[in-house]
Amino acid sequence: MACDSWLAKLDTYLDGELTASEMSAFDAHVRGCSSCAASTLARVQLKRAVRSAGQRFQAAPEFRQKIRAQIAAPSHPRRSLSWFWAAVTLALVLGAFLTGWIRQERGRQGALYSELTDLHVATLASTTPVDVVSTDRHTVKPWFQGKIPFSFNLPDLANSEFTLIGGRVTYLRGTPGAQLIYQLRKHEVSVFIFPEQALRLNTRPEALFTHLTFHTASWTQDGLRYFVLGDVSPDQLQSLAALLKAAK
Amino acid sequence: MSAERLQSGSFEELALPLFDQLYNFAQWLTQDRAEAEDLVQETYTKALRGFTSYQQGTNFRAWMYRILRNTFLTSRTGLRNAATTSMDAEDDSVPAVSDPDTPESILIERSNQQLVQTAIEELPLPFREVLLLCEVEEMSYQEMAEALAIPIGTVMSRLSRARAALRNNLRGKLSKV
Repeated sequence: MACDSWLAKLDTYLDGELTASEMSAFDAHVRGCSSCAASTLARVQLKRAVRSAGQRFQAAPEFRQKIRAQIAAPSHPRRSLSWFWAAVTLALVLGAFLTGWIRQERGRQGALYSELTDLHVATLASTTPVDVVSTDRHTVKPWFQGKIPFSFNLPDLANSEFTLIGGRVTYLRGTPGAQLIYQLRKHEVSVFIFPEQALRLNTRPEALFTHLTFHTASWTQDGLRYFVLGDVSPDQLQSLAALLKAAK
Repeated sequence: MSAERLQSGSFEELALPLFDQLYNFAQWLTQDRAEAEDLVQETYTKALRGFTSYQQGTNFRAWMYRILRNTFLTSRTGLRNAATTSMDAEDDSVPAVSDPDTPESILIERSNQQLVQTAIEELPLPFREVLLLCEVEEMSYQEMAEALAIPIGTVMSRLSRARAALRNNLRGKLSKV
């Protein structure tokens, strides 16, 4: 099989451990080869499934407290601790804390965006990508009534390059929301809308995030969290985001 | 003296954020809550004691996992596990590629969390730990190599075999559903 040599590297590709040039060669190949694209999708889904199944056990609060007390720094500072060392300690602790926090935040963001990428890819791979098929926002918006516990506005696309394909109800972390599919030439873009509070993400929206060649723009508006995700250029993505933000 | 104090402060700040993930990993290894607590506590005790020998600038998380894992392997459950685990896992060869992929339709809906958890549980220990470090902790190959104290090549082949074993197991389970 011609693709065996690609498939042999598929896991390494998805783990992000190929060299930069191999990564982009792989990107290009997957785009043009439907059989490798299907295998990639299956592996991504398995990775996702293992990640969420693997986050399984939580420590008891008392046990966490016990460990915290066990490793806590002595509460009485020694007299020999000069101001200099106190300042250095503070700087190091702050630095470590910040790096840890940023890394954790990136991790959470990464997991969230890969989940959304999965939803997007799975929708496009489905034989019935949308449940309400219409290019008319006045048809698509009312269709969601009674299906999701919130309402939203969709933009008028008369003067833009985007076309509305339709919409479907989707779920993120157990929260129902709307997924709208837009098209820009041959590219599909998903717009996800979820009630911010129900989602309880603990992450701030990020203007632009890139995962597996997909870009995601995200923001919060009127208590709703929006994600615009697709393989179009970041500029095109932002222009659709701007249209949505301005929708009345 | 001041240096000691400096280190104990930074140990807490470095080690405490790892608590949740270390605990999760410990319970995956031991499959038992009480044992997982003992394992995590011992890991923190050893790490705090050995923190002076920890080289600044090397990967702290990998260092902590390495302590946890060594502690587990010398525990009663760990020794029992080692005795029953097939040494096939140490084979460096990469499995043939042409195995078909998981019936993804089942996984798409994410309703089968339980199924995947059982499949992970049933993996031999060397497969289970490398898979969890990669997918759940999202460690790089280099980091896994440090945590597991094995060469990167072995990380890659073991990971590849672990994934193949998981896919096989899931395929078996799904055909019975």
